[in-house]
Amino acid sequence: MSRIAKAFDHGKAFIGFVTGGDPTLDKSEEFILEMLRAGADLVEIGIPFSDPIAEGPTIQAANIRALANGATVDGCFELARRVRAKTDVPLVFLTYLNPVFRRGYDKFFADCKNSGVDGVIIPDMPFEEQGEAKPIAAKYDVDVISLIAPTSEARIAEIASQAAGFIYVVSSMGVTGVRSEITTDLNAIITQIRKVSEVPAAIGFGISTAQQAREMSKYADGVIVGSAIVKLCEKYGADAGSKIYEYVKTMKEAAAGS
Amino acid sequence: MTNGRFGDFGGQYIPETLMNEIHRLTAEYEHYRNDPEFTAELDALLRGYANRPSLLYFAEKMTRDLGGAKVYLKREDLNHTGSHKINNVLGQALLAKRMGKTRVIAETGAGQHGVAAATAAALLGLECEIFMGREDTERQALNVYRMELLGAKVNAVTSGTQTLKDAVNEAMREWVARTHDTHYMLGSVMGPHPFPTIVRDFQAVISKEAREQILEREGKLPAAVIACVGGGSNAIGMFYNFIGDSSVRLIGCEAAGHGIETDKHAATIAKGQTGVFHGMKSIFCQDDNGQIAPVYSISAGLDYPGIGPEHAQLHSTGRAEYVPVTDDESVDAFEYLARTEGIISAIESAHAVAYARKLVPTLPESESVIICLSGRGDKDVAAIAKYKGVTINE
Repeated sequence: MSRIAKAFDHGKAFIGFVTGGDPTLDKSEEFILEMLRAGADLVEIGIPFSDPIAEGPTIQAANIRALANGATVDGCFELARRVRAKTDVPLVFLTYLNPVFRRGYDKFFADCKNSGVDGVIIPDMPFEEQGEAKPIAAKYDVDVISLIAPTSEARIAEIASQAAGFIYVVSSMGVTGVRSEITTDLNAIITQIRKVSEVPAAIGFGISTAQQAREMSKYADGVIVGSAIVKLCEKYGADAGSKIYEYVKTMKEAAAGS
Repeated sequence: MTNGRFGDFGGQYIPETLMNEIHRLTAEYEHYRNDPEFTAELDALLRGYANRPSLLYFAEKMTRDLGGAKVYLKREDLNHTGSHKINNVLGQALLAKRMGKTRVIAETGAGQHGVAAATAAALLGLECEIFMGREDTERQALNVYRMELLGAKVNAVTSGTQTLKDAVNEAMREWVARTHDTHYMLGSVMGPHPFPTIVRDFQAVISKEAREQILEREGKLPAAVIACVGGGSNAIGMFYNFIGDSSVRLIGCEAAGHGIETDKHAATIAKGQTGVFHGMKSIFCQDDNGQIAPVYSISAGLDYPGIGPEHAQLHSTGRAEYVPVTDDESVDAFEYLARTEGIISAIESAHAVAYARKLVPTLPESESVIICLSGRGDKDVAAIAKYKGVTINE
């Protein structure tokens, strides 16, 4: 069983996100370890990109902070290696395609394997454009995580039937960021996924409160929280560790239904 | 053509949320481009509203002065709204209406596409919102006010480098949030398929007319056609119907800013590498980490770190040539054209004029070249004055 599969085999999973190098690589490592101590089942590390078109203002700002502080793709691999040395919890990169393409698919995915990165989420590489990267990722046992959106409709079955790792269900239209209300019929989407796939499905985009986490985990196998954690990084900077621990603990408990 | 590929370039690298919408746009466009009623309506607007066909003007004084091939100017600056951008927006606005959309959004650099989009939206009764880098709203303040006069809302984009690239980012973010009533009226031959094809088809009228006009005037094809290139819409429009004419050189002029040996330029072909950004695989100015590079040009319309995928293909196959032209050369050409022909061109188009000044004297008098004068320069007068150190009280 892969590390990602294991993350979903003991109840509802909590997936947390940090932008690599925000504010520094050392601090990102500390924040990830705090998330793990608080019960996070999987961690997404964002590789900072100059133009993150699927991100709202919070994560855009984190990308800018990280790049201004000298974050690099190499640095994010180093961060993954350091975390992997301390834990078996699955690590997934969230990155735009250009940094992957520029490094070269073979080198990028080989580096993933060597750094203990289990999967990649690439928001600007939809199903139809995965042909170049996916076979190379597979060669290095890296899962390319598929996204399903509120507008996917007939595409759901096609995407889900070929999904690997977990399926990232986008809760809402638009970019990432905290939302007070999620109006998409996620139950219907998950039901369609379930007809064709056993791969775990986690819901992300806009989730920040314990109540939302409880609600989402009724339908899904996990909840993904990004912007709300990054907001803590923004607000508390180098001192965000303990705040992240407290927050993730609450959210994990809510997701797990305890 | 699968997923809108031009050789290795193109594609649809966009978030899943947009995929069904972009597939729908592709299908609707494929339908309407062959619909006689749609094409007749567009043709009527181009003639009756946009002032097409545009003149092919023989620049006699310039020809005499340069001493070489005959110089013709394809006068897109005489179109309604003052640039070639009107060709595309009328087509896309009609398409948006056919698709049942009530609102259009658009990015703009110099403001020419924004003004054109706002114009088409006003004419056809569509709500319109424009995204423009904050820096560009300052250097093109007049165009911001023009857009507002036309009933559009202008959003100053404060993310990133606050220029055209960031305006595209923000327009894409807006579109991901709202597709049900909104069409993204992309202004150049870039972005995910089908945009590079749609915009090229609507701009191809430039070379369709120019080819007929030059054959009528000269009885033979030109030696070269020359256009400025940012994303590349006027250039592809100028090139398209000459691509099959192998004797006609296709020359795109990139913004070299302070020079391609500096880090202050927007010369994608000269200095960029293949990458994936803004929905397409193409050539981009970027660093070793794949971060998109901040670019610079005196011209807000050419201040873009990428180029359309069809241009990337024309470059890789060698069919078209791309040359860098600096700020200094362009300002010089801007002044030259004003004094020599009495035409104040857009600073973007002046990049093409600048290269023509070098090329034309090397060609025999029996040949001709066509420069695409993509826009008029009223918007640039204040910036040029500033560049020259002249103070104007506005």
